[in-house]
Amino acid sequence: MTKWLEENTPKLVLAPSFVIVLIFVYGFIAWTAWVSLTRSRLLPKYEIEGFIQYDRLFASPRWDTAFSNLFVFGFLFIVIAMILGLILAILLDQNIRTEGAIRTIYLYPMALSMIVTGTAWKWILNPGLGLEATVRGWGFENFTFDWLVNPDMAIYTIVIAAIWQSSGFVMALFLAGLRSVDQEIIKAAQVDGIPTWRVYTAIIIPSMAPIFLSAFIVLSHLAIKSFDLVIALTGGGPGYATDLPATYMYAMAFSRGDIGQAASSAMIMMMVVFAIVVPYLYSELRSKDD
Amino acid sequence: MTDMSYTSTRSGNSAGKIALRWGLYLMLGLFALFYLMPLFVMVTTSFKSLEEIRTGDLISLPREVTLDAWRTAWSGACTGIQCEGVRPFFWNSVQIAIPAVFISTLIGALNGYVVAQWRFKGANLFFALMLFGCFIPFQVVLLPMARMLGLMGLAGTIPGLIFVHVIYGLGFTTLFFRNYYVSIPSELTKAAKVDGAGFFRIFWSVFLPLSLPIIVVTVIWQFTQIWNDFLFGISFSQAGTQPVTVALNNIVNSTTGIKAYNVDMAAAIIAALPTLFVYVVAGKYFVRGLTAGSVKG
Repeated sequence: MTKWLEENTPKLVLAPSFVIVLIFVYGFIAWTAWVSLTRSRLLPKYEIEGFIQYDRLFASPRWDTAFSNLFVFGFLFIVIAMILGLILAILLDQNIRTEGAIRTIYLYPMALSMIVTGTAWKWILNPGLGLEATVRGWGFENFTFDWLVNPDMAIYTIVIAAIWQSSGFVMALFLAGLRSVDQEIIKAAQVDGIPTWRVYTAIIIPSMAPIFLSAFIVLSHLAIKSFDLVIALTGGGPGYATDLPATYMYAMAFSRGDIGQAASSAMIMMMVVFAIVVPYLYSELRSKDD
Repeated sequence: MTDMSYTSTRSGNSAGKIALRWGLYLMLGLFALFYLMPLFVMVTTSFKSLEEIRTGDLISLPREVTLDAWRTAWSGACTGIQCEGVRPFFWNSVQIAIPAVFISTLIGALNGYVVAQWRFKGANLFFALMLFGCFIPFQVVLLPMARMLGLMGLAGTIPGLIFVHVIYGLGFTTLFFRNYYVSIPSELTKAAKVDGAGFFRIFWSVFLPLSLPIIVVTVIWQFTQIWNDFLFGISFSQAGTQPVTVALNNIVNSTTGIKAYNVDMAAAIIAALPTLFVYVVAGKYFVRGLTAGSVKG
């Protein structure tokens, strides 16, 4: 008995977590998938009816806005955060004496809650009293900056705040990447008289492809999960102009009492995440085994 | 002659270099301003009176520093019908974060130890299942979790939120410890086994003493995640058990009375202080957690 116990302790230690993951991750996903195929409204029903919820979802103008916002927001956020992060990393890579302090400044927003970030930017972008009033006070009487309350522009305020929050993190990733490039190759290139910008574009940046990939994965993951920032900054408004799938799902689940819509929108979110993450994780795990 | 021309081109060159250097520092400085500006605005606004705010200069220093907004934010601002400021919710967050961080770190350490050092058939499958669990958008578990918490009698309670944070934190804590322990030679475990040490004994006297750096990274990561969480907080709490992020959002978006921007800013800073403090004190470990959490299986 004790021998058996001794041999199986590792398995027994892992067992509770295994069960928990099976139930609370995979079981719950299965539950949501199941319910997304039913007529559930205020209460879940369990008779499968096919794809009616998905039909309703894609017929809904609100979901349409939320889903296309995800791509507008996601694209701008990822591209700009990556470019900015790369520029910052290259600037910081030039033997800057105060590098530590500057890095700390660029990265601190990452420690903040999205709700705090949203609150701060909501105040800065406040059309009546924020940036707009300040610039007008400098004498530019006609300056307008009303993106926060302009349905066509509000989504870009979320892009701005999200970039402010996350670009420092991209910088940290890229800086680590720049430092891991073989210094001998760079020295050799400099001895050959190749200009610095060519060293970057032809040698350093191409060798950082894996880092671009992981930055892309993290940022797209952040973009799809964006919920707090929208709630704090615009509340999804004006109207539902800045809804994202995450806020749509929450509204359906907890304020509209439409469980079927909540479940189907959550499933779509998961499919988007998995379409990006699964190939990445698969190749990561595969390359580990080789 | 040749000497002179040599020095002149050299000094011309270095003048160019100095200009370039200045440009570089200027750009770095401007970016620093971009990142610091919101924090600066938050701090100055929180010390201004409402009258001063209405004159509408975002970036001026307060003419008269007042602590009223801080006092209101801490103990008087309304979060819906309740008007007790963020104080009770701040303590809710503390009560949620501390046990959730402790439990998820402990279980993650044990899991990581097993997966990295006691390989058995199926351990890798377990790890892969956990890893995928790190990436799911939590929306996909919100509805069943709400029902489950109801069934368990934990709906709307602080233990319920601790439970949720522990469960969905396990993936990352296991990942952190597994990646750390995998780099420790397995000969160490084998030698300890030969000496007659059991599973827990080896963990306790061999691995735990080696684990301080990864414990710090994991604790910081988990604390930041849990303290800053909003989705679970708003979905699974009720009046009285909300974490500070939810309370902050309620203060900012409460529609009763006049908008007190200085109180909003003071409340936001209070909600941000714990994680900012951790970042300033242990930034190195914070960054390590971020990069470890983002890459590598």
